[in-house]
Amino acid sequence: MLDILLPILLFSALALAAVGAVRRIRLWRQGRPSPVPVLRGLAAVPRRYLVDLHHVVARDKVMSNTHVATAGGFVAAMGLAIVVHGLGLGSGWVSGVLGWLLLAASATMFAGSLFVARRRRDPPARLSKGPWMRLPKSLMAFSLGIFVVTLPAVGVLPADAGGWLVALVLAAVVTWGLAELVFGMTWGGPMKHAFAGALHLAFHRRPERFSTKKGSGGNRSTGLKALDLEDDQAPLGVETPSDFTWNQLLGFDACVQCGRCEAVCPAFAAGQPLNPKKLIQDMVVGMAGGSDAHYAGSPYPSPERGDQPVGEHHGTPHGPIVAPASTKDGKALVDAETLWSCTTCRACVEECPMMIEHVDAIVDMRRHLTLEEGATPGKGAEVIDNLIVTDNPGGFDPGGRLNWAADLELPLMADVERAEVLLWLGDGVFDMRNQRTLRALVKVLRAAGVDFAVLGNEERDSGDVARRLGDEATFQSLARRNIATLAQYRFDCVVTCDPHSFHVLKNEYGAFYPEGQASDYPVWHHSTFINQLIEAGRLRLAPGQAARVTYHDPCYLGRYNGEYEAPRAVLRALGVELVEMQRSGYRSRCCGGGGGAPVTDIPGKQRIPDMRMGDVRETQAEQVVVGCPQCTAMFEGVVPPAGDEEVAVKDIAEMVAAALDTTPVSTSSTPRDASTAQATEEVMS
Amino acid sequence: MQPESAMTPGLEVTVLVSVGRHPLTGRARRADQDARGVELARSLADAQVRLLHAGMRDESSEAALRGYLGMGFTELSLLEQSEGADVLPALAEALDAASPHLVITGERAERGEGSGLLPYLLAERLGWPLVSGLAAVESVEDGVATLLQALPRGQRRRLKVRLPVIVTVDDAAPAPRQSAYGPARRGAFEATAGPVSADDEWASWHVQPARPRPKRLKIVKAASARDRFKAAAAKAEGGSGQVLTDVTPTQGAEAILTLLREEDVLR
Repeated sequence: MLDILLPILLFSALALAAVGAVRRIRLWRQGRPSPVPVLRGLAAVPRRYLVDLHHVVARDKVMSNTHVATAGGFVAAMGLAIVVHGLGLGSGWVSGVLGWLLLAASATMFAGSLFVARRRRDPPARLSKGPWMRLPKSLMAFSLGIFVVTLPAVGVLPADAGGWLVALVLAAVVTWGLAELVFGMTWGGPMKHAFAGALHLAFHRRPERFSTKKGSGGNRSTGLKALDLEDDQAPLGVETPSDFTWNQLLGFDACVQCGRCEAVCPAFAAGQPLNPKKLIQDMVVGMAGGSDAHYAGSPYPSPERGDQPVGEHHGTPHGPIVAPASTKDGKALVDAETLWSCTTCRACVEECPMMIEHVDAIVDMRRHLTLEEGATPGKGAEVIDNLIVTDNPGGFDPGGRLNWAADLELPLMADVERAEVLLWLGDGVFDMRNQRTLRALVKVLRAAGVDFAVLGNEERDSGDVARRLGDEATFQSLARRNIATLAQYRFDCVVTCDPHSFHVLKNEYGAFYPEGQASDYPVWHHSTFINQLIEAGRLRLAPGQAARVTYHDPCYLGRYNGEYEAPRAVLRALGVELVEMQRSGYRSRCCGGGGGAPVTDIPGKQRIPDMRMGDVRETQAEQVVVGCPQCTAMFEGVVPPAGDEEVAVKDIAEMVAAALDTTPVSTSSTPRDASTAQATEEVMS
Repeated sequence: MQPESAMTPGLEVTVLVSVGRHPLTGRARRADQDARGVELARSLADAQVRLLHAGMRDESSEAALRGYLGMGFTELSLLEQSEGADVLPALAEALDAASPHLVITGERAERGEGSGLLPYLLAERLGWPLVSGLAAVESVEDGVATLLQALPRGQRRRLKVRLPVIVTVDDAAPAPRQSAYGPARRGAFEATAGPVSADDEWASWHVQPARPRPKRLKIVKAASARDRFKAAAAKAEGGSGQVLTDVTPTQGAEAILTLLREEDVLR
């Protein structure tokens, strides 16, 4: 009897899956067009899955092994089951071998599903519950069912063992397994992640993120995509779910709700109304139409209510994501505060095993709010206005960019026209704390005899804040004008102590060069450049600062640009004792200063910099070394808990400047300006 | 803003907008007070708001005027004028023809003469009442508007005035909303050629950037914290001022001249 039932079950499951696949693809195709290389993309899936995706999954060894056993077992078992039970292929010893292989595959899968079940027994808060709780049972049903029905095929059991009742029970078990694992894949169950995930890998919007056979693995692609402002028909950002490109929608659908993003999100931890996982699920709800009532993971935190209850928000593919201001206290798919809570720290993207691009989506939606609705919250509108009329977010006189360095006699590009290094100062020139960092950096560069020059009043804000606040128009205007200024001068590289300017100059300006021109200079963060100077022996350091320090990785230097090593190498050269925070390197927790978050200032239960300084205190370091003006400002704004000593916040340039060996050397080839050194030291103390 | 439901439907409002000038960089922008006027108009329920600008049309002024369109308008009426023209006749004629119920404008322009006289001259020419320094329009009922006028040091005066009326707003009016790029880019200029009258007076003037004059220091001789606080919160009041009453115009003019010489304004 099973001989007849099994092929019917298998093929009807496959047919239903095909129907579901067409429906699902239709949902994705509601999005805007985005051309992809279809065949090349599909061909790249195995490598992208086995190498790049697995690289992320393998950060959790147990889970990665579980997934290998379960998924690998399932794919093998399904394939073999079609051959053995579906088509009845193979006879004699061939069928015997295939049968034993199928037994092995389903047994492996069963072993994997035991681990899945174990994890589901007391699941961590980040995991979604609901339908996901039945998944281990479904996995077991499939693997056990297939195992048992295969036993007669290898001759362990007689074909009619147990009679029709057992056969019916087995058929029911196999049906359950097939329902969840085969057509559940395309009809929207937990297994949807496998179908959507594979295609998401194939048609990813940032194919540069994946390694290639030849190239080095894990290329980065972190610059935001430009809006086409020339085309006045193109939407300015994303208003409705269908304004996303189709492969972004596909990416949202690939989410496996593992909640790794939620676990690392600084805004979620601070109790601000953002949970990256919920946000992606909300986009799926919007794409399919409906309400978020079926969401079974952690909701958005709410400073007033503890948690935002689910079921209050709803959306449609062509309805607004954020309720327009005219419908007061009306709700749509997500609240604006959710989108403005993000610090664009990219921790979620770094951690996502499905390679979903949360930050892109959030900035896309912010673009609509800023460019179409004029609804940048908090001080955001003021900052943007300042950027438009004064080219800096603080509204300072752009003619006073070098006032802080009146005594340093910095060489101006306008005078020298060419230099080894163009020192990009950033908007920190208006901030008294950052001026200390800049003075230290100038001191270090002079000590190493670096030929550098600054743009002075010709420099403008890099456009980072404007872009993260969604004001693409102001960003592009600033970018184009900065590029025109840079094009006038000759220099070998750009060095900056601001990772935000660093990222924008390095990764985002490329798209705005006039036709026929390209950025032909490397951009270095000052920590990288100082490390190069040390390695080249151009800096004489006097080690012996017996300080216990910890290093905070700025998001825009670390996750955005992969520079984790140079600052640590510099600290090692200084001979200080470096203790790492629990979350450092690619898992570094944001200071709360990115993405315009200090400007929009969405309330939460606690502040992000307070949490990060808590991490610093745990290491019992005397100092925290940073490499970003935003981080410095955020950390220095933290009031230590009563009774605790204040932890000093030092930029890495200040550390190096303080360790410079100033004893005269007869062979020194760099004439040093005594007055400059004195002025710098005065500030350092 | 108070009972908005009390507004008469179809209240026609014209906001006079000018090209502003940023105090630090001198770049063209939406003028702050005019933008506050637009914000005030936007907050009126059932009002049909029309933006009106008289002036020269070039790239920088167009970009600045788009700043008003970005506050949620689809069009802006533009009376094209040549450079240095006197916009008063053109505005008066346009307002006379359109006869709105309420005309809102800032106290003074940020560029050009900036004398702040335009609203008064307009009111004189049209024969309409004028209320200056408005903080809010509370209601408009049966052709009578209830206005809240801002006085120094946070004081307010409620006034009732029959429409049509010209009102000017200053910094006490609500801050303007953000200007959004999308509507600003899409908005259209509805240009009409109005009468152009050359301003010969202005043409003969020599204009140069003003040098900031040093601020007069406030010398506070306070014994207690309360006195110090009062002194800090108080407006600077020139103690040495004199009130001239029953004097001939010549005497008055001489007194003014003497003061200007003392203050180094005239040399």
